[in-house]
Amino acid sequence: MKCDDVSRELIAYLDRRANSADRAVVEEHLKDCAACRSRAEDFRKLWSLLDEVPAHEPSFGFDARLRQRIASEPRPRWFAWLVPRPRLAFTMALLVALSVWMSRSPQNRPTNFANAPSEEEQFQMIDHLGVLENFDLLSKSDVLSELPARTPQEKAPPDDEAQPKGDGG
Amino acid sequence: MLDVKAGDEASFNLLLQKYRTPLVNFLYRMVRDSGTAEDLAQEVFLRVYRARKQYSPSAKFTTWMFRIATNLALNSVRDNRFRRMQVSLDAPVEEDEPPIQVPARDMRIDEHMVERDRAEFIHRAIAALPEKQRVAVLLHKYEEMDYGEIARILECSESALKSVLFRAYETLRVQLAPLVAGSVVHRAGEGRTL
Repeated sequence: MKCDDVSRELIAYLDRRANSADRAVVEEHLKDCAACRSRAEDFRKLWSLLDEVPAHEPSFGFDARLRQRIASEPRPRWFAWLVPRPRLAFTMALLVALSVWMSRSPQNRPTNFANAPSEEEQFQMIDHLGVLENFDLLSKSDVLSELPARTPQEKAPPDDEAQPKGDGG
Repeated sequence: MLDVKAGDEASFNLLLQKYRTPLVNFLYRMVRDSGTAEDLAQEVFLRVYRARKQYSPSAKFTTWMFRIATNLALNSVRDNRFRRMQVSLDAPVEEDEPPIQVPARDMRIDEHMVERDRAEFIHRAIAALPEKQRVAVLLHKYEEMDYGEIARILECSESALKSVLFRAYETLRVQLAPLVAGSVVHRAGEGRTL
């Protein structure tokens, strides 16, 4: 195994947290590699050196200051359970706003009777009902769709045909 | 912590007694200022106290607490650096601190120590590490946390953490070579830099 591969497990080997398999691999490598053996020894010495750094003790008044800060924290009030949680309040407000908007949308508005057809117009519609029904029937008929499509020449009638043929017709 | 959650004030005092010193120590090594370290430690305990009702034992309490501490410390270091940059906007560009003067390998350690305190030298070598490496070393070496816990605090895999730790210790080994041992000088020819 190469030094680079062993390096990842070297720290865990030295602090005795490597599992037995990794430990065996590192030990095998260290037997043959003087450079890694030297590095491992240096790491051990480095850790002893790092232990020389003195610990920093908290000041005498640390606890008192913390208790003072905790005491000045706002206390939960007895009616706190009545106050809605921010997320819940936001969701409720959103739902209310949505329902208001839905109720005001055009499709939900009541019919505008001012624009309703008058009685006379309704009678005229009834008069033309037969024509309208026939047109509707023909336009949806499959028979029409089976007719051959007209070419542009056929579609546009000749000028002489387009002209009215006098008053006799 | 579950007792604290249930409203037991005595349990909070126990937590305070148990973790006060390690927390202040960790924060001091992160920010290198005792006043700031204590302020941050108080903020950590205050956040723990405030969040006690929402605490769920999905993670170890120490993992949760040191994650808060790490985030606060890193923010403080960044803010401090930013503030100093603003103050010295017109001044010539300088590093936050003068670079560590690594003594020559053939220099006697005691000669170097005349100029610089030994512990301060080590402190500065740790402080010069990149943020992630620094946190990893402090939690591994001084808090003796297991790899899984440190990995959760740093939000990385255990495998990645092992690489981070190796790089950090390798950097410290080189930076602190004159202090590590005189034997390093004798083995200079053997050494192999990764």
